[in-house]
Amino acid sequence: MSLETLQNDFTLALLDPERDIPSGLVGSEQITAKRRFAVYRNNVVSSLVEALKTAFPVVAKIVGEEFFEAMAGIYVRNYPPSSPIMMLYGESFPDFLSGFGPVAELAYLPDVARFEQIRREVYHAADAEALPPDFLARVPEEKLANLVFTFHPASAVATFEYPALSLWEWNMAGDNGPAPDFPRQGEDVLFYREAAGTGARRLSPGGSLFLTELAQGNSFGAAAETATAVSEFDLSDTIAALLEARLVVAIT
Amino acid sequence: MSSKVITSLALAGAVATAAAATALTAGTANAAGKEKCYGVSLAGENDCAAGPGTSCAGTSKVDYQGNAWTLVPKGTCASIELPKMADGSARTGSLKALERDLPTS
Amino acid sequence: MPKNADLPPRAGAGFKPAHFEDILSANLENAWFEIHAENYMGAGGPFHRILERLREDFALSVHGVGLSIGAAGPLDKDHLERLKYLCHRYQPEAFSEHLAWSSHSSGFLNDLLPLPYTEETLDTVCSHILQVQDVLGRPMLLENPSSYLSFAESTIPETEFLSEITKRTGCGLLLDVNNVYVSATNLNFDPDDYLSAFPFDEVAEIHLAGHATEEIEGEDILLIDAHDRPVSDPVWALYETVIRRTGPLPTLIEWDTDIPDWSVLRQDMDRANTVLEKAHSYRETANVA
Repeated sequence: MSLETLQNDFTLALLDPERDIPSGLVGSEQITAKRRFAVYRNNVVSSLVEALKTAFPVVAKIVGEEFFEAMAGIYVRNYPPSSPIMMLYGESFPDFLSGFGPVAELAYLPDVARFEQIRREVYHAADAEALPPDFLARVPEEKLANLVFTFHPASAVATFEYPALSLWEWNMAGDNGPAPDFPRQGEDVLFYREAAGTGARRLSPGGSLFLTELAQGNSFGAAAETATAVSEFDLSDTIAALLEARLVVAIT
Repeated sequence: MSSKVITSLALAGAVATAAAATALTAGTANAAGKEKCYGVSLAGENDCAAGPGTSCAGTSKVDYQGNAWTLVPKGTCASIELPKMADGSARTGSLKALERDLPTS
Repeated sequence: MPKNADLPPRAGAGFKPAHFEDILSANLENAWFEIHAENYMGAGGPFHRILERLREDFALSVHGVGLSIGAAGPLDKDHLERLKYLCHRYQPEAFSEHLAWSSHSSGFLNDLLPLPYTEETLDTVCSHILQVQDVLGRPMLLENPSSYLSFAESTIPETEFLSEITKRTGCGLLLDVNNVYVSATNLNFDPDDYLSAFPFDEVAEIHLAGHATEEIEGEDILLIDAHDRPVSDPVWALYETVIRRTGPLPTLIEWDTDIPDWSVLRQDMDRANTVLEKAHSYRETANVA
């Protein structure tokens, strides 16, 4: 058997426990080749499940460990990683959860997973030097409206249909007391680089739109005008977020 | 690019308010707190250790169609109750397409 | 003489960010650390801050776990470029990978999978190692695997297979003593016989780790290379045998699952250093004589 054929057969059998093991594997009288092959079957699935557990700790906490492992086991068999870099594996896990029947009742779960995925993407994104916190104060008033910003590569904004940040914070708080009244609406969240990893800050409705407009190269004035169309948009709070998060690396 | 709604003055006012708010919170910025006690992303996800032997995840195929899936979520989900949407419609599980990664240049 | 690595011939540890603060305040002499390359392939962020700081004080070994050197198909060129960048950025004293495969055209399997030892595999592995060394501009170390089964079509003993690879490619070897013990138990061979056939002259680094025992039926067991506990006594005994033969070599304690407090990991490092110090004294005695 060629090495290529062997590795094809091996791969198929690793991911499907009902499939026969490849031919030519040698066991012993006491321990069959099939039993030995099971070590590899388990390593593949359990190491990938473990990677997902590290990546999505709050999803795991919400559904519990046993449920998470079973659910993740289905995911890893259907969507094995395409890259050997585990830190980003699971990109499609939020979408998988959206279609996974046994969690259909937990309609907020895909948003929590999306939150965790963005969080780790920002965690590992490129470094950059931010402008000093008072950079805006030094821009003459008449030049503000035409200002165009370049944002830090380790940043992202998201609009969640559910209050993903509130759900995440409560689960991360450790020994959770009784659940609070979660907000009755979705949340706009800014993710940014901080010393320990990724920071997440709640934005007013329209905040995500405002920062996205800026990120796309629209001027400060134009982005503010677009976002003001969203009722409850809070311009000064969103600017405060941009300053606190040290989001801007260059202005033109 | 002249703006009818947002004047330079309004922008400058918002910037000033934001700067004042930022100065107030700057001293309380939390650095490592949560990250440290929970260790979320601090664990590297690649390693070369082998998993737990011959008898678990890899050899049992769980079917989640039909009646085969018997597990129920047992984590904190039991305490999470999200109300219906403000308009009374039930929330759906689908995600909106997110404009999430900011262009880097 | 050991070659292809400039790590200190002392105990080192697999680096875990959870131990970072303890390591910086531990006042370690001549210790060194090994990282899994793939965990540092993000563009930026805290992992790189930590590694930059660690690198200021310690020698570094970059240990790949995802290159799939034994794959029948071509190596992932993007991955090779990432390795090249990482080695360029951190200038490690050693770079090592495994005699195993882990990628297939359908995806990455995240495990070190076994190879039949045939002429075809030998050719494939050697051409991949030459390619790696060419891209990285440095010789690499290749690690012996832990095995749970063997292949009917294998025609070359593992020690001979490794020896031939070093001859054809100029790479060095990373001898994982726990892997030897795990494979010997699982495949029912004598680890001392294996070691007496091992090309010690090519060894530049040692790995030690704990293994788990899986009872199959009655007294039949498989050892699992779990890296989840202290190094076992029989592995320490084999290690002493090796060091007596080779003299002091950089020795890594690997602990990847159920990671303990730094002080626990440190106990195994201290034990390895005791063995290494004894080896220094053998050497001195030999030199005097």
